[in-house]
Amino acid sequence: MESRLSRAGLAVWTLGVVLFLWIPLLIILVYAFNTSNIQSWPIPGFTTHWFSVAWHDQEARSALVLSLKAALCATGVALVLGTMAAVGVSRFRFFGREAVSFLLILPLALPGVITGIALSSFYTFWGVPFSLWTIVIGHATFCVVIVYNNVIARLRRTSPSLVEASMDLGADGWQTFRFVTFPVLSTALISGALLAFALSFDEVIVTLFTAGAQNTLPIWILGKIRLGQQLPEVNAVVFVVIVLTIIPVIVSQRLAQDSGLLRRR
Amino acid sequence: MTRHHRRVLGWSATALVVAGLAVTAAGCGSSSSSKSGTTTTASNLPTSIGKGEGKLSLIAWEGYTQPDWVKPFEKKTGCKVTAKYAGSSDEMVTLMRQGGGQYDMVSASGDASVRLIRGGDVQPMNPKLIPDFKNFIGALKSPAHNTVDGVHYGISLQWGPNTLLYNTQKVKPAPTSWSVLYNPKYKGQITIPDNAIQIADAALYLSKTQPDLGITDPYELNQKQFDAAVSLLKQQRPLLKKHWALASDEIDLFKNGDASLGASWPYQTNTLEADKVPVKDLIPKEGATGWADTWMLSSKSKHPNCAYMWTKWVSTPKVQAQQAIYFGETPANTKACAVMNQLSAGSCKQYHADAPASYFDSIKFWKTPLADCGNGKTDCIDYNQWQKAWTEITG
Amino acid sequence: MSARTEPAGRPSWAARRRFSSAFWRRPWLKGAALLGLPVGGYLLIYVAALGVLFISAFWSLDPLSGKIVHTWGLGNFRTLWHEHTYWRIAGRTIGIAAAVTVTDVILAFPFAYFMARVASPRLRAVLFVIVLLPLWSSYLARIYAWRLILSNDGALNWSLGGLGLPHQHIAYTNWAMWIVFSYIWLPFMILPIYAALERIPDNFIEASRDLGAKNWTTFRRVVLPLALPGVIAGSIFTFSLTLGDYITPILVGNTQFIGNVVYRNVLGLSYDLPFAAAFAIVPLAVMGIYLVLARRAGAFEAL
Repeated sequence: MESRLSRAGLAVWTLGVVLFLWIPLLIILVYAFNTSNIQSWPIPGFTTHWFSVAWHDQEARSALVLSLKAALCATGVALVLGTMAAVGVSRFRFFGREAVSFLLILPLALPGVITGIALSSFYTFWGVPFSLWTIVIGHATFCVVIVYNNVIARLRRTSPSLVEASMDLGADGWQTFRFVTFPVLSTALISGALLAFALSFDEVIVTLFTAGAQNTLPIWILGKIRLGQQLPEVNAVVFVVIVLTIIPVIVSQRLAQDSGLLRRR
Repeated sequence: MTRHHRRVLGWSATALVVAGLAVTAAGCGSSSSSKSGTTTTASNLPTSIGKGEGKLSLIAWEGYTQPDWVKPFEKKTGCKVTAKYAGSSDEMVTLMRQGGGQYDMVSASGDASVRLIRGGDVQPMNPKLIPDFKNFIGALKSPAHNTVDGVHYGISLQWGPNTLLYNTQKVKPAPTSWSVLYNPKYKGQITIPDNAIQIADAALYLSKTQPDLGITDPYELNQKQFDAAVSLLKQQRPLLKKHWALASDEIDLFKNGDASLGASWPYQTNTLEADKVPVKDLIPKEGATGWADTWMLSSKSKHPNCAYMWTKWVSTPKVQAQQAIYFGETPANTKACAVMNQLSAGSCKQYHADAPASYFDSIKFWKTPLADCGNGKTDCIDYNQWQKAWTEITG
Repeated sequence: MSARTEPAGRPSWAARRRFSSAFWRRPWLKGAALLGLPVGGYLLIYVAALGVLFISAFWSLDPLSGKIVHTWGLGNFRTLWHEHTYWRIAGRTIGIAAAVTVTDVILAFPFAYFMARVASPRLRAVLFVIVLLPLWSSYLARIYAWRLILSNDGALNWSLGGLGLPHQHIAYTNWAMWIVFSYIWLPFMILPIYAALERIPDNFIEASRDLGAKNWTTFRRVVLPLALPGVIAGSIFTFSLTLGDYITPILVGNTQFIGNVVYRNVLGLSYDLPFAAAFAIVPLAVMGIYLVLARRAGAFEAL
């Protein structure tokens, strides 16, 4: 199809981009073994001591747990609200249908700092104390649209007559959802949930405005960067998180393959 | 009704609903924003420290809550400490104002403490509950920045100067004056803090180099003096590599060869020296600004007993010495000197813990610039203007 | 549909069926029930918060106590209009956002094309993981790693020195921010372009060749227009993310972005929410216009 030369050129370019994407990541991974407190080039020496420091660090552990909790809650909210909105929009024609899509996409399309200060001042006005739930609401605003997009794309590809057929065969609404709609949506839900979880877990721009005294993992990382005292500990924590993330990433890739995004041709 | 009309009607209705919600929210908001909590007045100060509540939430400068003294405290009192770090007094004030009852104590410097007192964000403390209070140096027992009309709004902690830091191998001969920071010879190698209070440092420099401006107090500037300081900083801007906002910024800058001169805290010097970077710091001949920190108790604190226990703990000679050596500052407790020399020989003298009162008086401590400067002057530039000017300088 | 024999002894089932038949017969009720919660939630929380933010831009701060007063005025806007610092900051932010967007399109397009149309399925799967993993790892740690690369004694100058080239002083300049922003948002640009390119059916390309078009013409007149929604979708991300970011300028830059001014006036320097809100209207307006144009170009399908 494309000429040999252009294929070779594209391959070289791709390699360049891969290096561009991965060199900083490799630096993080390597510097988790830094013997010095301060980051400098080249690396002075190697040690695994920071991993045990991170393991015993109570603040790191509670920050990790809080991040996980917030991400799980936000993903849960996103799954429920996103599916509801997607089913509602795809099945019904009504006034303001496009507006719903636009509304849901706003938090993702507008800069996070705007969401942050809007929510922060909103909470202050109503006297809502900053807590896990204020963080979750902040994250849910942009997580919902991720699930919504996935589900709507999937629903567009399925025929609405499936639901009718199910009803014809005697199922009520809940049974239809459980046995017909949900299996069709399941992979879209999972890949949407994975991406929503990832974005919420690593979110810092909105979270700085909506967290009180709580530290999510990114806020903890920012605090350690400010201190500048034990940076390799941050690298060690990030190292572990990256290694653990490989699994959901591969799952995501498999799902994308199944849904036809990574078609085998 | 045509489809188009329906759409227009529908959109107008939605817009009205949203606007109505917003206005209601704003209206309701105004009433809730004028809430006020119970305040401790001087007459109902606690007379003893009760049982610990198990938790303590602090806003602190980087380096003020090291495990070396936090872990023994947690073990002894059962109060679990969580700290939020702030890089400037402004951040501390904003965190306290925003945080509601989330934070119990803040280690405020002199330029934040008055704002906190005026804003009602901190409550009076009873120095009688702190046994080491009587050993504090005289000037820090009831200083103007934390004691108002005899009421103590916090307990002094430590103090220190803003120093001139330089790389001994790249800056020769060794500097003796703040003028090196304004010298085009070192273009691209200089760093100063990203803090509006830096205008005072420029004013201090001008008070010695341009005495006809008549600057006596770098925090009490009239329009002409203020403009001169701001213009000096604007001239300095192209010479800077970076404004450091976080202590680690300056550490990275010096370690990685990006900067070889800067305004600094002793904390950075200690960290760099520990990592074998060839740096030294000094107080130049024009003198220096400095900070005197106070642990203040939030007026909405949920754990006041743990807070008092913490204050008591960090006022003891041992912890004062540990913190002084770690950060490179000077303890308020006179008894800390001996312990400092035990922990690190010669440190008492190095950090001026045994210095006479004249040394203390030579440092121009941070304080909040107010329009009403005292001494009959009322035309001073207030801090809001300083902040606006700072955005102009760094923007 | 309503006359069905029901198994004895299961009254709850009967109730459920009546419930779902009711929904079936009144589809608008089902629609309202489904959409009520998400849309209602968004309107009451997100849109209301935005509305209050917009309104507070017209308020001001009481100079003595520092509290917000609800007196209406254009004071904040006057300050923004007359103070050329804020023009400079806004211009710099929008300029770098545009530069980053263009850079990312240039970097991402060949990569996405390779991934979608040239690579073998196995390689495609590997590349997918290669793009996704940085996206999912810590944003802060990746930015901080760039300080090491760009600093005076950092990895870049070390490599340049090894090749005999002169040292660069990129650290903490606008160039550094341009590089780091392009790096951080690149996966956000690759994925939509990839999705758009992958959707182009093979027979479109074949038909184009059948009609006599050479490779470059096919690319220009078939592939590119079909990939455009993906490009625009990706550009929405890169533009909007750069417009509001305040962390990267603090860590690797030395100048203020719009996000920094907003951040300073809410969490940093002072609590001047009306002023922050007023300045936040700038990115809001810019993105609003961008989104309207993007919708015209059909990018929302590709998001």
